[in-house]
Amino acid sequence: MKALARGALPWLLALGVYVFADDQLALGTNALVMILLTLSVDLVLGRAGIITLGQAAFFGLGAYAAGIFALHVTDDPLLGMLVATLASGAFGALSGALILHTEGVALLMLTLAVSGLLAELANHASDWTGGSDGLQGMTIAPIFGSFRFDLFKHTAYLYALAVLFLWYLVVQSVIASPFGRSLDGIRQSPPRMRAIGTPVWWRRVAVYALSAAMAGSAGALSAQTTRFVGLTTLSVLVSGTAVVMLVLGGARQRYGAFVGATVYVVVQDYAAQLNPFHWMLLVGGLLMFTVLFLEEGLTSLPQALRRWARALYRGPAGTTAAGATGTGGATGTGGATGTGGSA
Amino acid sequence: MTAFITTLIDGLAYGMVLFIISVGLTITMGLMRVVNLAHGAFAMIGGYVAAVLIEHGWPWALAALGGSIAAGVSGGLAEVTLYRPLYKKGELAQMLLTFGLVFVVTGVLTLAFGVEFKRIPLPEALSGEVDLGFRTYPVYRLFVIGVGALLACGLWLGIDRSLYGARLRAAVDNPGMARGVGMNVDRLFTGTFVLGCGLAGFGGVIGAELLLVEPTYALKHLVTFLVVVVVGGHANFKGSFAAALVLGGVETLGKFYLPGVAAYVSFALVLVLLLWRPHGVLPAKSLA
Amino acid sequence: MSEPLALSVRGLSKSFGALPVTRGVDLQLVPGARVGLIGPNGAGKTTLLNLLSGVIQPDAGEIQLGGVSVERWGPERRVRRGLARTHQINTLLGETSAQDNVAIAIAERERIAWRTFSYRRRWQACQEEARARLDEIGIGSIAQRPVRELAYGEQRLLEIAIALALRPRVLLLDEPAAGVPSGEVSVIHEALARLPSKMAILLIEHDMDLVFRFATEIVVLVQGSVLSRGSPEQTRADPRVRSAYLGRSHT
Repeated sequence: MKALARGALPWLLALGVYVFADDQLALGTNALVMILLTLSVDLVLGRAGIITLGQAAFFGLGAYAAGIFALHVTDDPLLGMLVATLASGAFGALSGALILHTEGVALLMLTLAVSGLLAELANHASDWTGGSDGLQGMTIAPIFGSFRFDLFKHTAYLYALAVLFLWYLVVQSVIASPFGRSLDGIRQSPPRMRAIGTPVWWRRVAVYALSAAMAGSAGALSAQTTRFVGLTTLSVLVSGTAVVMLVLGGARQRYGAFVGATVYVVVQDYAAQLNPFHWMLLVGGLLMFTVLFLEEGLTSLPQALRRWARALYRGPAGTTAAGATGTGGATGTGGATGTGGSA
Repeated sequence: MTAFITTLIDGLAYGMVLFIISVGLTITMGLMRVVNLAHGAFAMIGGYVAAVLIEHGWPWALAALGGSIAAGVSGGLAEVTLYRPLYKKGELAQMLLTFGLVFVVTGVLTLAFGVEFKRIPLPEALSGEVDLGFRTYPVYRLFVIGVGALLACGLWLGIDRSLYGARLRAAVDNPGMARGVGMNVDRLFTGTFVLGCGLAGFGGVIGAELLLVEPTYALKHLVTFLVVVVVGGHANFKGSFAAALVLGGVETLGKFYLPGVAAYVSFALVLVLLLWRPHGVLPAKSLA
Repeated sequence: MSEPLALSVRGLSKSFGALPVTRGVDLQLVPGARVGLIGPNGAGKTTLLNLLSGVIQPDAGEIQLGGVSVERWGPERRVRRGLARTHQINTLLGETSAQDNVAIAIAERERIAWRTFSYRRRWQACQEEARARLDEIGIGSIAQRPVRELAYGEQRLLEIAIALALRPRVLLLDEPAAGVPSGEVSVIHEALARLPSKMAILLIEHDMDLVFRFATEIVVLVQGSVLSRGSPEQTRADPRVRSAYLGRSHT
């Protein structure tokens, strides 16, 4: 029963925001979009161990696809969402198939190159994308014909929440399945998985494509709820931010993406009002702190504090043996820096 | 024809600047195998410190030295406090930490200096043009080409072919064993880091005319520096040298002759090269 | 007509840069073979195993599993063809429980590891078989513990259990007793004695007792090439082997 309550809490909170924080729904919608993006990174990076700085490629692709679809085909949002999701997923499958033969830094570079190429393309194809001015002027029809997108983001918020919820269910079901377990194995030790006959490349491409589709949905949400798509949706900054949000909240934690994205969005909104570069300092500092001391992200902060308190009370002999530093958190791919090569 | 040669030399100069700045990354990321996304931050530190020193009346050469030292020292401090705990924790942790470091340094420098470009005025000797016979050409760019070439030779001799380099490679491959034979691995790593970041700072100052010093420097050029190192083959000075020159040449010539396509070419080049040879295009000397 | 060889290796060669590590190695394993591979340090035993299992590709030569050429195949494909191995360096999934480590291997064998739907019953069966195999090899008590908490000897046994769970026709064992504290070695000896009789097994080991008791044929590898092959008695008596290897320390 407690588990159910704990599981339902974030969703209840989200609904609570809708009811009680009526005037913050624009920020809330943005947070929901970012949560979805971060969740997609949790899947591909946190769970499958594919280190990527190119998730923005799919986010931006989804955003532009949804925007262009609304402008040129039909303004039905659900159809647009479907198209954007499928388009991003397909591109994820293609680019993944191309680059997932590599690992480590080479792969990281390739993810950067792919999203860089897409960004250049978007910049040049200004007839379609609006170039550096961005894509605007689209109308979004009411959902199911009756739920109009109003200025105060009532519909937008619930729409985003629904999409997020659906994807959340998908992710949970993937994680619990044999496929999800094999992904976890691939994250921990690709050689081990190969040694038991796992077709590692295929599994990686599959999860990469799924995560791309998810990021594409997030992009479509962004486009449809703000009716604007800018070039920044394809930038390294978005990719990096997504990873940061994940690590802040805690990778492979059930609601890590939720916590990380919400914290980030709220802090950014608040700090941006002061000075845009204050938040860089704050986020950078938080990130470094998390990596150095909080392997499991902010969601593990309460446990970490308890551990430290215990250690202080017991003195130098007091660090508990089992599970002292937990399951290794986001950074638990254990020493990929080339030790023990027996060739 | 003259235009082509000029553009070619421009490309060479730009490539040399890329090499000078990125070579420090070849040392920290390539030789020491740490994923270091913060390299640009140290270049920035070098540039800003030099600019401030010049504003206080220091001559250019000394300011450049001061900037390099400042960058080197910060690198050393960072290595001891931030990087060292992460050697064992894998690539993701290093990537995240250094990414955070970039944010922090960018934020601090912006708060201190604002968002504008920081000018580093060239000394008399380097401003102006020299007569090459078929046209005049900026002294600065020829200077950069010369410095780059010297640096390449110096590093190749000083690291690839020296005892220091051998000890470093051994320590990176197996720190436990290296300690076992009496090497002070910690000091070796810190020292090498200081060298790598000092070179970054030096590059930041020298290259200031082409890669302007401003707060978003580290993020903006992140991909470029990484490309030079990774495409060149990680620990490979000759490789980075070649990669920097090719990249510089392609971008410059591209901008001139195929303006729309230039940026695509760089990314496409990276894609093709890394897919063909993920471990870097020029094979490094095998240690077997 | 005799059965096809379980494993057939001809002229296998590999160099790293200018250094030849494997030189023209020939090897034949019939179903049910018990072959021990020994040699001084640096002889290239682990490299040979890596070549056989597909972790590295040979420069020349042929490897056949049950008559099919596999030298260009990656490790995953060879596993599907009936080859399994254990590793000297730990590649086990540290965060995952011992039982899950085995269950995942069984799921791969049963081709359900890719599923995200209608898997419950089959996955349950994988778990049950995994538990049974752990019990069989004697480590059922630690089934739920994450691998990184296991003793070294238990981890080596787990490796063997996983390899067996794949139901291979050829099993490569890379120094299964290496580094195992002497109190736990006998358990490994017993596990090896109970291996299925129809399985062809190649054992690399430094523990001479183990090798000479286990193997019916011994292949001696020195500096990348085969120095001798024969029964344990012949090998023990061979002066070349003595001087290259045994002469140094063995009682």
